[in-house]
Amino acid sequence: MDNMLEILGAILVLLGSIFLFLGALGLVRMPDLFNRIQAGTKASTLGTFLSLIGLLLITPEWWGKLILLMIFILITNPVSSHVLARAAHFIGVPLADKTVTDKYKQEEKTLSINDEIKNDTHD
Amino acid sequence: MVNKILFVAAIIMLLALLLTLYRFIKGPVAADRLVAFDVMTVSSLALIALIANFASRVIYLDVAIVYGLLSFLGVIIVSRYLERGL
Repeated sequence: MDNMLEILGAILVLLGSIFLFLGALGLVRMPDLFNRIQAGTKASTLGTFLSLIGLLLITPEWWGKLILLMIFILITNPVSSHVLARAAHFIGVPLADKTVTDKYKQEEKTLSINDEIKNDTHD
Repeated sequence: MVNKILFVAAIIMLLALLLTLYRFIKGPVAADRLVAFDVMTVSSLALIALIANFASRVIYLDVAIVYGLLSFLGVIIVSRYLERGL
């Protein structure tokens, strides 16, 4: 029974490493920065999380630090990717040629038009 | 059996790190390099935890925690710098 848990943990670690590899492959092959953020950070979060769950099944006596590490990754990785995407859009990193729509830019444009209308009525 | 599967997983993680290193060197703008840095540190965090299992030393997990903290702070600070917010 114990051996079965260890083999299950090892398979989870293998699955996590495959997710990490696919994330790195997406990082190389995607056409622009935002697609790279999308592919890279999500796949690496899931891959690291699965690997740590597998290690938790293999060595259950390390549960404290492993669970701390999992919670830490689950909190910080989306935050860092969000800040990165926001900064990249702010400094005007070019989008790919195949991009259909840019909702954030449209939203900014309508917001600025609304501000102008508001200022005009105040004057 | 378990050790062999873990060894194969470590080799796949090393291949992923090599692919990320390619984007880190080639990346057209600085933000691409920053994404590559983020993915590289999170992947190597899993690799450090795996090495802790190979060496059966729990102290290596502390190294992984501090490494993840420093990588998070580094990504936040460099992206604030790119945004001219620093």
